[in-house]
Amino acid sequence: MKTLSRIYMVLVFALLYAPIIVLVLFSFNERGSLNQFTTFSFYWYAELFRDATALGALKNSLYLAISSSVLATVIGTLAAFGINNLRSRYIKTVIRSVTNIPMMNPDIVTGVSMMLLFVFASTMPFLPLKFGFVTMLIAHTTFNIPYVILSVLPRFAQMDKHLTEAALDLGCTPAGSFFRIELPYVLPGVVSGLMLGFTLSLDDFVISHFVSSPDFQTLPLYVYTQTAHKVKFSMYALCALMVFAILILLLLVNFAGSFNLGKSKVKRKPKTGVKENG
Amino acid sequence: MNKKSFLDSFSLVPHAVWSVLFIVAPLIFVVYFAFTDRNGNFTFSNIGALSDYAHIFGLSVAFALIATVICLLIGYPLAFFISRLKPSKQKILILILMLPMWISLLIRTYSLMALLDNGGLLNTLFEAIGIGPVKIVGTAGAVILGMVYDFLPYMVLPIYTSMSKLDIRYFEAAEDLGCNGFKTMTKVVFPLTVPGIISGITMVFVPSISTFYISQKLGGGSFDLIGDTIERHFQNQSTYNVGAAISLVMMILILISVAVMNKFADDNKGGQLIV
Amino acid sequence: MEQTKIIDLKNISKSFDGEPVLKNINLYIRDKEFVTLLGPSGCGKTTTLRIIGGFEQPDEGDVFFLDERINDVPPYKRNVNTVFQRYALFPHLNVYENVAFGLRVAKVPNNVISKKVKETLALVNLKGFEKRAVSTLSGGQQQRVAIARALVNNPKVLLLDEPLAALDLKLRKDMQNELKALHERTGITFIYVTHDQEEALSMSDTIVVMADGRIQQIGTPTDIYNEPKNAFVADFIGESNILDGVMIDDFRAKFAGVEFKCLDSGFEKNEPVDVVVRPEDVDIVPADKGMLRGTVTGVTFKGVHWEIIVDIKGFKWMIQTTDYCAPDSVIGLYIEPDAIHVMKKSEYSGMFGDYSSYSEEFDELSVADPEEEEKNTEAEDE
Repeated sequence: MKTLSRIYMVLVFALLYAPIIVLVLFSFNERGSLNQFTTFSFYWYAELFRDATALGALKNSLYLAISSSVLATVIGTLAAFGINNLRSRYIKTVIRSVTNIPMMNPDIVTGVSMMLLFVFASTMPFLPLKFGFVTMLIAHTTFNIPYVILSVLPRFAQMDKHLTEAALDLGCTPAGSFFRIELPYVLPGVVSGLMLGFTLSLDDFVISHFVSSPDFQTLPLYVYTQTAHKVKFSMYALCALMVFAILILLLLVNFAGSFNLGKSKVKRKPKTGVKENG
Repeated sequence: MNKKSFLDSFSLVPHAVWSVLFIVAPLIFVVYFAFTDRNGNFTFSNIGALSDYAHIFGLSVAFALIATVICLLIGYPLAFFISRLKPSKQKILILILMLPMWISLLIRTYSLMALLDNGGLLNTLFEAIGIGPVKIVGTAGAVILGMVYDFLPYMVLPIYTSMSKLDIRYFEAAEDLGCNGFKTMTKVVFPLTVPGIISGITMVFVPSISTFYISQKLGGGSFDLIGDTIERHFQNQSTYNVGAAISLVMMILILISVAVMNKFADDNKGGQLIV
Repeated sequence: MEQTKIIDLKNISKSFDGEPVLKNINLYIRDKEFVTLLGPSGCGKTTTLRIIGGFEQPDEGDVFFLDERINDVPPYKRNVNTVFQRYALFPHLNVYENVAFGLRVAKVPNNVISKKVKETLALVNLKGFEKRAVSTLSGGQQQRVAIARALVNNPKVLLLDEPLAALDLKLRKDMQNELKALHERTGITFIYVTHDQEEALSMSDTIVVMADGRIQQIGTPTDIYNEPKNAFVADFIGESNILDGVMIDDFRAKFAGVEFKCLDSGFEKNEPVDVVVRPEDVDIVPADKGMLRGTVTGVTFKGVHWEIIVDIKGFKWMIQTTDYCAPDSVIGLYIEPDAIHVMKKSEYSGMFGDYSSYSEEFDELSVADPEEEEKNTEAEDE
């Protein structure tokens, strides 16, 4: 039974990783073919770094991921604080349900719904809204906020409410206590929310697909347009780099997570790391 | 305290405003577009036109269901095996399982296609051993394989989570009360992990039914799913209305099925006390 | 004792979700006093404390601090500090920073902070713990940090909300002595909330007994013990035999079918009353010499004394004695006039019966669970 289960696990993981490993491997294939590995080389990587569009997309992606995750973290953390302090269960439920819509809905519906909003808004004479960075920022912030709330709210909820009272008792104003007590207490949640948002934004394709414009391309959008036709082989290099980046990021997050959360014994659901893809 | 501080009262405001503007309003637009024609007049014709897309809905549901079932069949034992390992090993395997979830779906799908394609490594291998090139990309099987491959971790994780919460003493108690291995599985483990299963099914089914990239790449363009249809309708302003109608119906179908499944999971939670 | 009223509660009422928790509370606390609010869980003692601390506002009535109305003054502007139940130490700060917190907020210069924190930590016997993380401390040590954190701000009044409830018995006794000593050394007014009558009796200058949102009695520990105002107080504080009686005339009370001499007066003639006789105040004599006669139905060895249950005409008395009495033997009881305490009838009359259902387990169970109390107050806040 034990060996059988071992074999089973190895098999499933092998299948799960085979395509990615092949892709990464062949990105070092000088010949630029997928069926025969000739010489190991960084040729396609060099090629990639000569590709101004790809570099531009990378820059846009990072820019967008940072700004949307920071914005979502600010809004989401404040919201989690507010939700936690709500007394009415009814209002709490309403807010949480609305908040969960972007997580429940298929990305494609979120994407087209925002697209329709932006189409409408751009026809308004007093709103000079153009598809591009702003629409992307709004969309990415919107789907990041629920994940920030999801990772911060449990920290607020498990916080002893006497801590806040103790801070007030010792002379803090409510705002002072928020920055001195609440915020430090929920910081691990805030940080993981921020990182989650950053990664989700970096990774998002479906929603971006509907709210972007050709002059603001992110990396996934660039990959999409590239893979629509016959692929330049530098794409493999790009994909491999993204895999490496994710790998490093994940290891970092995990390391930081076990370091940070180990002390406070917070169980984070692995589920929170999941966003539906199209 | 009766008196609310400034922070208490206003911390929710940005989120509330944001939610109304960018979550609720867009959905209202979907509804609005679904029930109007190109000139903004009220009409049922978009909804009426959906009958033309019935086969697409049918095909999408079928593909997504098959993919979900396969994910469950592969994922459930995997989750179980992982949950019985030493905690340190569990942690590593879960990390390995999560890694693909973080890699762009585009890259994963594309790499799978590259592997299976006619000029790909697999077919080169087939040719070398004399089976000859087998057409894989462009078949229904490839599309389903793509879904399974892309979304399998989403099935395993929630099931694993509910399994890892199981007290080891449940197993001992079941054995003590005369269950053999198989009976322990069906009478104890399975009922207790139903919430995880429900959650896994949702997380595989929803993206599977709404995908368009997978069918484009692995279906070779020969399979039109709901996602593809919606995507195509939003390429051109003249078909926004029908696209909105399709999106609306899909969204409602999904929300209903998720609600039903959650209800089922809740009922089952109540049942756990009896188990 | 100084006569300055440092805290004065006037006609305080408070309800949570329509459920009244405080009903017209009137209470003043003198400067430098050690006052204990004592009562079972849900009696309103914690709410009273939270009103003084500023964490709750009364629905009706006024709170005065040195003659100044402070109903609308938020906690952070009150010269009052609290030692919270389960301490509420800030988990992200070490011992030093926890204690320094109030001073930092008040923007006290660093060198002063350092001096004061050191002094206060020494005061609570925590020298050398400055750099420790609060999570590494034992319950008793956390307790001391919580006390130091409040004391370092030199408040006029220190509020203590069941501070010893989470500690084990031995530690609790030690901390009681330390708190008493701290009170004497600092000269700060202590307002202490507990459900533990022994704690209240041994520490307080004044005890405020509360039940059902009302103050039942205010007095010194000896007053409360020897002259309980009604059946509730008599039953809650210590063990007591509470009997239905009649005040025939001044100094003449009749209960258990027998007339006794007593020291109480000022009742109407033949007024129905409750009579309290403490178990330790009853002398056991041979059956024929007793004022009352009964059969021993239970004997429990308590170490210092025996606790025996005596059936007298169907009413079970508890008597504490150093003489062993065999079960089923018939004994006589002798009660001195000063052992009899007569009380007016109250809403609590008849609620506390005899010791017929008495057992050790029941006694254990009836001690309010601190967790329970916590839950109650939390529910109140919802």
